[in-house]
Amino acid sequence: MLKMAAKRMLIAVPSLVGVVIVTFLLTRALPGDPAAYFAGPAATKEAIEQIRVKLGLDKPLYVQFVRYVGDLARGDLGNSLTTGQPVASEIKTRLPASAELTLLGLVVAVSIAVPLGILAATRPNSMIDHLCRVIATAGVSLPVFFTGLILVYVFYYLIGWAPAPLGRLDVFFSPPPHVTGFYLIDSLIAGDGEVFAASLKQLVLPALTLGIFALAPIARMTRASMLAVLASDFVRTARASGLSPMTVVVTYAFRNAMLPVVTTLGMVFSFLLGANVLVEKVFAWPGIGSFAVEALIASDFAPLQGFVLTMAVMYVALNLLIDVLYGIIDPRVRIEA
Amino acid sequence: MSNASPGQQSRSAPSSQARSAPFLTRLRPARVASYLAQVGPPQGAAEPSESVAALHAHLAETQAPPTLTLAHNTGLAAALRHARYILSENVVTGFAFALFILIVLAALIGPYLLPYDPLASDTASALKPPSAAHWFGTDQLGRDVFSRVVVATRLDFLIAVTSVALVFLMGGLAGVAAGFLGGWTDRVVGRIADTIMAFPLFVLAMGIVAALGNTVENVVLATAIVNFPLYARVARAEANVRREAGFVLAARLSGNGEMRILLAQVLPNIMPIMVVQMSLTMGYAILNAAGLSFIGLGVRPPTAEWGIMVAEGAVFMVSGEWWIALFPGAALMVAVFCFNLLGDGLRDIVDPQRRT
Repeated sequence: MLKMAAKRMLIAVPSLVGVVIVTFLLTRALPGDPAAYFAGPAATKEAIEQIRVKLGLDKPLYVQFVRYVGDLARGDLGNSLTTGQPVASEIKTRLPASAELTLLGLVVAVSIAVPLGILAATRPNSMIDHLCRVIATAGVSLPVFFTGLILVYVFYYLIGWAPAPLGRLDVFFSPPPHVTGFYLIDSLIAGDGEVFAASLKQLVLPALTLGIFALAPIARMTRASMLAVLASDFVRTARASGLSPMTVVVTYAFRNAMLPVVTTLGMVFSFLLGANVLVEKVFAWPGIGSFAVEALIASDFAPLQGFVLTMAVMYVALNLLIDVLYGIIDPRVRIEA
Repeated sequence: MSNASPGQQSRSAPSSQARSAPFLTRLRPARVASYLAQVGPPQGAAEPSESVAALHAHLAETQAPPTLTLAHNTGLAAALRHARYILSENVVTGFAFALFILIVLAALIGPYLLPYDPLASDTASALKPPSAAHWFGTDQLGRDVFSRVVVATRLDFLIAVTSVALVFLMGGLAGVAAGFLGGWTDRVVGRIADTIMAFPLFVLAMGIVAALGNTVENVVLATAIVNFPLYARVARAEANVRREAGFVLAARLSGNGEMRILLAQVLPNIMPIMVVQMSLTMGYAILNAAGLSFIGLGVRPPTAEWGIMVAEGAVFMVSGEWWIALFPGAALMVAVFCFNLLGDGLRDIVDPQRRT
């Protein structure tokens, strides 16, 4: 098991190298003069030249690249142009907010999509099967920022159940003492029920928005994979042996149908991390996505570069995790590896 | 036909309901033919007869009965008859197709039929809810939301079409070359695709637009780049199975160079699959572009574009002026929904066994 995990990690190395090269190229090798850009529009020629030397932009490209990788190794992502703060520390403080939201969104998606897919597969061409198909097609068609706005309008403005879409916690509460950075977990550790309820209230709508978005591919894949497994010989044998339909579906079919679903999770994460940016903007969520959008508006490239790099590294790590998970679910993969 | 070949049986495993019935399977070649008649001859094919020849080869490849002659199906009347037949059998695809026509019409002639100037502000009638005068209401500057939604169709549609065409040129050609030539071409294309796939796609698109410059052209380019792996992979897989196909060997034997075979034989053969791929990714392309303009990339105000209109209306959602964001958002949703349904429908026609 450990050996397989190590092997998978080695496979992830080229992806990481690619990610670093692309993020480097995004700033350095593209049209336009980064020095003039960093100096600002009002800078003189001498000032630009000074910045060029300071940034090392007068050196050949490979020297710059080595320098860039060296900075990365020390955890230095540069400074934000607008705030002057190091990008790395900003991302570190904002990351838990994004992670909490994304993970909860995934939980919402999986807990709706998997049962729906199973129900649809066990009753082909029934009402629930059609419902599954409609939801799956509608889910991918909904622009995620639009879903979020509709939910805000209905649940905040019309019904008044949800709090104003302004961040992680109502202004009347102070955040729980920092342990994990996840407000839900931290408030539980602190034993503060009120803060837990308040932060959950803020989380529900954005998490639901993300969940609706991620639901479609998972439901689709669960249905297809369950259909294939239910038609296989071992399920027929299990049925013929007189096992209850529940046992056949849950213990026999579901476990085998899980594999393609876990594989789809990789793609789902790609969507979720992207959608996260839009959802954070709609709900004024103080995560790394809104950090990137703010930087984008201010034409501040260092935070954006740091954001792209962080997201990509996280995505590579998640894919790695999925691969390892795959090995746990399916022992055959372990033997091949 | 009822005792289908083993290859076909194993491929149709996921959804073997009514679709693998012998009756429908026998109809399939004709459906492909009329589909081809709808979309026109594949790129690179000089005339219809060549596309039919390519189709024959494609059918031979997918183990369909070779006895069917398609010559009598090439007329315009026959094509229309077949289109009607397919649409009547598949109501949802027919509906999506009608919607598609509507969207194209709105993009083409919509701007000339508008009741108001989409850019003219009229502060006296700002933030008015939908009424007989303003069907979709007015926004904070008193601009007519209906006019803006209709005008935006052209821009959104254009962004999606150009980015899909661009990625077809880049990804499709690279994928065909990788699958057909193999060797280092395959490795280079594969490495590029892997690197792009290592990013969350929307995030990469953000980075590309921010780095190249905040313009609509770069939004198109970024959307194309993030879709590259998808196209390259499909094209590669399809070209790979045709590497040693009979028609390729025949072409090689009659003295054609590898490049010529690639462009004149293999590429036209995988066109049906690629067209399906294009219509499936159209929806994603529109969503991606609208998402980018929602966060302030690409299209600038006061240009009418669905994503930016939703962004402008977002502020008013919490104070109850729902119509400013709802209508452009709904238009976006309907367009994406239409493209997805259409893509699914085309896929069912061209390649029914891939249905999930």
